[in-house]
Amino acid sequence: MSAALEFRDISVVTAAGRSLLDSVSLSIEEGSLTAIIGRSGSGKTTLLRTANRIVVPASGQVLIAGSIEQDVVSLRRRMGYVIQETGLFPHFTVERNVGIVLEAEGRSRAQRSQRVRDLLQLVGLDPENFAQRYPHQLSGGQRQRVGLARALAAEPSILLMDEPFGALDPLTRAEMQDMLRELLTRVRTTVLLITHDLDEALYLADRIVLLSEGKIIVNVPRNEFLRSERPEIISYAAAFHRGAARSAQESASR
Amino acid sequence: MNRSFLSQYGAEIGTLAIEHLWLTGAAMLFAAAIAIPAGIWLTRSPRWAKPVIGITNVLQTIPSLAMFGFLLPLPWLGERAARIAIIALTAYALLPILRNTYAGIRSIDPTLIEVARAIGLTNRQRLFKIELPLAASFIFAGLRTATVTCIGIATIAAAVGAGGLGELIFRGVASVDNRLVLAGAVPAALLALIADGALGLLEKRFKVPAPESARP
Repeated sequence: MSAALEFRDISVVTAAGRSLLDSVSLSIEEGSLTAIIGRSGSGKTTLLRTANRIVVPASGQVLIAGSIEQDVVSLRRRMGYVIQETGLFPHFTVERNVGIVLEAEGRSRAQRSQRVRDLLQLVGLDPENFAQRYPHQLSGGQRQRVGLARALAAEPSILLMDEPFGALDPLTRAEMQDMLRELLTRVRTTVLLITHDLDEALYLADRIVLLSEGKIIVNVPRNEFLRSERPEIISYAAAFHRGAARSAQESASR
Repeated sequence: MNRSFLSQYGAEIGTLAIEHLWLTGAAMLFAAAIAIPAGIWLTRSPRWAKPVIGITNVLQTIPSLAMFGFLLPLPWLGERAARIAIIALTAYALLPILRNTYAGIRSIDPTLIEVARAIGLTNRQRLFKIELPLAASFIFAGLRTATVTCIGIATIAAAVGAGGLGELIFRGVASVDNRLVLAGAVPAALLALIADGALGLLEKRFKVPAPESARP
């Protein structure tokens, strides 16, 4: 399979001269979901933002389906973007939020309205009930669903998700993960997901990439991740499941 | 103020009130046409914000009588008192509109701006669909302050012969006739109140929907 998205030797440096990404190369297969994990400040978000050129790398290239898109607006319209804070526009109804990219592309109201209804259903929201609400009238999980619907509106070939479920309670997060998994069986798109939740990565991803201090440490298929003997992976995995580990220890010593 | 006073001056008060509105309205249009685009431009080049807002701030501190006086000897402008009045009022209206446009756009959550870029809105779409609507209530608040200030200052324009309700006030002061002073001052105050109320409604209308805060 070909690479839907390819980062080639990406380096990003801050204005103050600090290196955020150090010649990162990463190729993402079409139709796959790649999770990038790593500590805060490891460069995950920066890497994701070079894909839609919110961050411009000091050197290196980002290729989409093998070529470099020159026009930044059309580049961005080919990519869905979902973030933790949802970034829903507070002065738009749910319907307008979801349809904004279509509106920007100049599609007719009728086309937009039909597409928005389909999208809301896709993310599990009843259009009758939700289309005319404003973002502040939604729960965190509902807002995230609307954010996802908006990201999918223009049928993007690539979906960029930056800790989309990071602010949700565990139960809602689990629901959202199930919804996303189910949805991705119906919508063929390539996903780049940033998370620091290892469980989320293991549950959703085809490949897991561990980033540390601006470098890729590990890039493996999901099922090899926990089997890896690499110390970085072992310490990352140990940082999770600590509660379970403690409980297990306690019941063993009883 | 009795019936005969009103019948004697009623028509004149009406004419002068319209003149007053025309001076203020024209100045507000000019000021908005300058200050709103300038405010938007400053959000794009923030290093100019301080000096530009500073200059409009200085304009604001010039005493209005002096401002009218300064403009009087200028060619073309000085020929017609209304021109002087409109220019001076425009200068006074700049600051509140400029400052509020700038502050309104700058106060938008940066995440929203980033998202607007990331989903592929062009700069123009971002401005008209996201930034201006989200800053609209700020901008209207600026227009409101500017309008009320200008309606007040416009009374002084009568000193250079530009007309308006100030005319009655100046005449009243000169002839020590308080009824005339009031005949100018009360309608001017009413105009200010009405303009304030109407723009206040617009300001509210453009408020961004937000959650109601829970009652304590």
